[in-house]
This record gives sequence, structure tokens and C-alpha cells, in this order.
Amino acid sequence: MTAWDAIVIGAGPAGIGGGSVLAENGARVLVVDEAPGPGGQIWRGIETVPDSRALLLGPDYLAGKAEAARLRASGAHLAFETSVWRAEPDGTVWLRDNEGIRQEQARHLLIATGAMERPVPRPGWTLPGVTTIGGLQILLKREGLLPDGELVLIGTGPLFYLYAAQCLAAGKRDLTLLDTAANGALFAALPSLPAALTGRGPAYLAKGLKLLWKLRRAGIRFHACPQDLRIERDADGLRVRFRRNGALHSLYASHVGLHEGVIPETHMVRSMGCHMDWSREGAAFHPRRDNRLQSSIERVFVAGDAGGIGGATVALLEGRLAALSILEELGRSVDPLLRETTRRTRRAHLSARPLLDALYRPQDALLSPADEVVACRCEEVTCGEIRAALMADSAGPNQVKAFLRCGMGPCQGRTCGMTLTSLAAASRNLTMEEAGYLTVRPPLRPVTLGEIADLY
Amino acid sequence: MFEGRAIPFRPGQSLAGALMAAGVVHFRRTPVSGSERGPWCLMGICYECLLRVDGSDNQRACMTAARPGMKTERQDGARLDAAGEQA
Ligand code: FES
Repeated sequence: MTAWDAIVIGAGPAGIGGGSVLAENGARVLVVDEAPGPGGQIWRGIETVPDSRALLLGPDYLAGKAEAARLRASGAHLAFETSVWRAEPDGTVWLRDNEGIRQEQARHLLIATGAMERPVPRPGWTLPGVTTIGGLQILLKREGLLPDGELVLIGTGPLFYLYAAQCLAAGKRDLTLLDTAANGALFAALPSLPAALTGRGPAYLAKGLKLLWKLRRAGIRFHACPQDLRIERDADGLRVRFRRNGALHSLYASHVGLHEGVIPETHMVRSMGCHMDWSREGAAFHPRRDNRLQSSIERVFVAGDAGGIGGATVALLEGRLAALSILEELGRSVDPLLRETTRRTRRAHLSARPLLDALYRPQDALLSPADEVVACRCEEVTCGEIRAALMADSAGPNQVKAFLRCGMGPCQGRTCGMTLTSLAAASRNLTMEEAGYLTVRPPLRPVTLGEIADLY
Repeated sequence: MFEGRAIPFRPGQSLAGALMAAGVVHFRRTPVSGSERGPWCLMGICYECLLRVDGSDNQRACMTAARPGMKTERQDGARLDAAGEQA
């Protein structure tokens, strides 16, 4: 088996940018993604979406069309509907598609696994009919589907408002928004304002304000800073209860969407042993990277939201930058001017990020939910049980996992991992880094023993 | 078909999307407490949408394309755990 020059894991903006530049410059590159085509979450279905729906999704979405076409034309080998269930620091990658599992070898890895939604452990978040807003948006992009009946959206962040605006554009009016951003976030965000007014920052801010204005003008029902929020179920459907300025509110809903921003999807880099840092601003872990976008492991590069949330344009640019770093290592000449301008554009697009992080900072309560709240959806472990286990023998996340099975279900701790760390940090007065994290081991996707046996 | 009931769908639709559009949100019961669950992430991460599809368990409805003649059922209890073993 001859080794690839690079395997790109993920075909969202970062993977598209990286794969295209690598292949265009003569590298042998394999791009892998679980979806049926390029696009990732943000440009999902970009090659097949009907024009009417694309229009509704807006210009940022449409921008993906040309990039996907560029990847197709680049000569990169593309493997869709293929998942990576194991990646090793030496460049060995284990794949699974509908034919079974196989192994590939690469000199360099470019990890572009994107973002995932921040887990939102709240009372009632496991009830059927309650989904993530990211999930609802996928239904809209992929299938043109909006939930029927009263829809209550709870949360904060750019995607929260974007989805609300898309609902509105599609004609949905039975919609209520509950903005959960931390009280006083606006004040805390002020120091980041000057930086946000440089580079491409104003464009990001204007986009956000335009969305808010549209929702306001349409008279969409809106409540800010709900306290003691809980979702319950009764005979008619779902009930959202909360307190605001001392008054109790109760809303009927046939569907509830939750969203509290996105965080890097770090499962793969963790499983490989990349060094992770905690970002206070982003309230999330991300892999440590040097200015060439290489992780703490040599020849393993990370681009896009997987390395730190920056959005689609930043991801595309980072993919290209990582590709340039890899090309250089492969001994190909790289235009220093191209690299410099790409770097500069990336910085310009990141200038509003600190302000956005501060504005949409999740309430502290989200990292420290009440005892009754289920933290691990797979094994149904509550925060109270985790706290008790942590108190009993001052253990860390991995001991709690062995003891309560928390993080042992099929999602492999993707949902409860951060809650476990934050509960451990709080109970023992440690930083998030000190508190530790669930050890992530392959297979990263459930693979049956039979399939592994077939390999030998 | 879901639990014997015909479910319409459009080409390109996932099982989860088709079922949700038809008003189905309860997809399975958990193996631990038997509580009802339905799709949560819709992007293949959470494994909350598991169904039995044409007789085989543990199919993520959000990642499976709907096809004519498919028989789907609620999955109650057992499912694969992280190591790929029946839990
Ligand atoms: S809804 Fe999460 S995996 Fe299908």
C-alpha cells in the first residue's frame, strides 16, 4: 500500500480548502467525510440543494457552491459516506464505509472535523420533541423541513438567531425565542468592541444586527434572561416553564430547540493524544496549534472549527494555510506572498470573534447544572450522581466513568465529557485543564467485532 | 413504514426527517430506565435516534436515507455501547 501525501479528515470548509490546495499543487491526497458530498455542517447538501431553498438559506450558504466545485476539480481523491473510526499519530487511518473497514496510510494528516454544538444539559432536555437547533437546521438544509406547530427556541449564539431568521423567511410565525445569554454579557463584551471594529469585524456585526432587526420587525415573541428554565411534558405536548423578573411563565410547545453556541469537535485529536488547552473566552477545549497549524503531534495539522471556533471563512482559509504548511514539508515550493495574504485575511475575519464570544457566553449554570439534570444521555447519569461520586473518593472524570458508566454509551462521552470535567473542576477547585477529561479511545464510531475480524 | 403505519417521504429525506414530518418523535426507549427518546443532534453524534430498520437494530435514523418499502420499528432497550458490544 503506497502512502498518501495527506489524508484530510472532514470535507467542510476547512477540509475543502485544504484538500483543494494540496491536490492542485500535485500532492496525493485523500479527503474523507461521513456525508454523501462535500460541505460539512455549514454547507450541507450544497451540491444538491434546490435553488429555492438555497436562496432561503442566504449568501453565506451559497458561497460553498464554488468551493465544493473547486474541490471536485482539484484531483483530490474523495471518499464520502466513509467514517474514520481510528486515526494514529503515525498517519495510519482506519476507515469504514458500506463495503466494510479498511486501513490507509498518510505522511500527513489534516484534521478538519469541525464544530459540534455545546451540550446543553437542562431539566427536560432528553424528552422526545426536544432537539438541538443545529439539528433542526440540518433538517431545513437537507430536507426543507420545519417543525409543525408551536416552536420554542431556547439559547443564544449566532446560529440561534440565524435559524430563527430562516424560520421566518420560510414563513413560520408560531415561534417564540428565549435568549439565555448571561445577564450582563453586553457589559462584559465592551472591552472587545474596538478590536471587533477592525478588519472584517464590522461585516460580521452588521450581519448579526440585520438578523435581530428582521426578527424584531416581524414581531416574533421574545423573552430575555429566563431563570429556572425547565421543559416538561403533559398530555398536550411540551411545556416550557421559567421565571423572569419574579413572574412565572409557562409556554406550550409542540417542539423545542436548544442551542448554546458551538465548540470544537475534539474527539479525534484527543484520541490521538494531541495536547489540549481550555479557552476561557470560548468556554471550550481546543487542540494546541503552532502558527503553521500543526498540533502538538508532528505532521498532524488541525484546521477550521476543530482547532477553535472561527466560522466558515476562517475554516476555509485555515484549510488552505495548513495545506501550504504540508506542501512545504513535502518539499514543494510555496508562494510566501500567498501565505502572507491568507494569514492576514484570516486575522481580519477573526477580529469580531472575542466580542461574539463575550456576547454569547453561556450562563455559568450551564456548566454546573442542578443535581436532577441528566448529564450523560446514553447511560442516564445525573449531575447529582456524578457530584456524589466525585465527593466520595475525590476521583476524576475517568474514575467516574468506570464507576457510573457515564461516557461509556455509544456517543462516547461527546455529550457529557465537558459536564464531567466542569463538575470535577468545581468540586475540587481545579482549573478545567487540571480536572482532566475522559480518555478517548478508538473506535471513534461503533464498529462491530465481526467487522474487525473481517479485516484479518 | 413505521410500526406498521405508512410514512410518506421525499427523495433525499432521512428516516428521522420523514418520521418527524409525520409527527413521530418517540423513536426508542432507553435500556437503563425505559424512558422515551427521539432524535436529538440529527447529525450522527448522539445515537438517540436508533431504530430497528428492516430487522437490524442500532440504525441511526438521522444518517439513513429513507427508501420505499423500508420497515422501521421503535427500538426498545438494548443497543451497542462505545466498544461495539451489546449493552
Ligand atoms: S439524532 Fe443524534 S445520532 Fe441521530
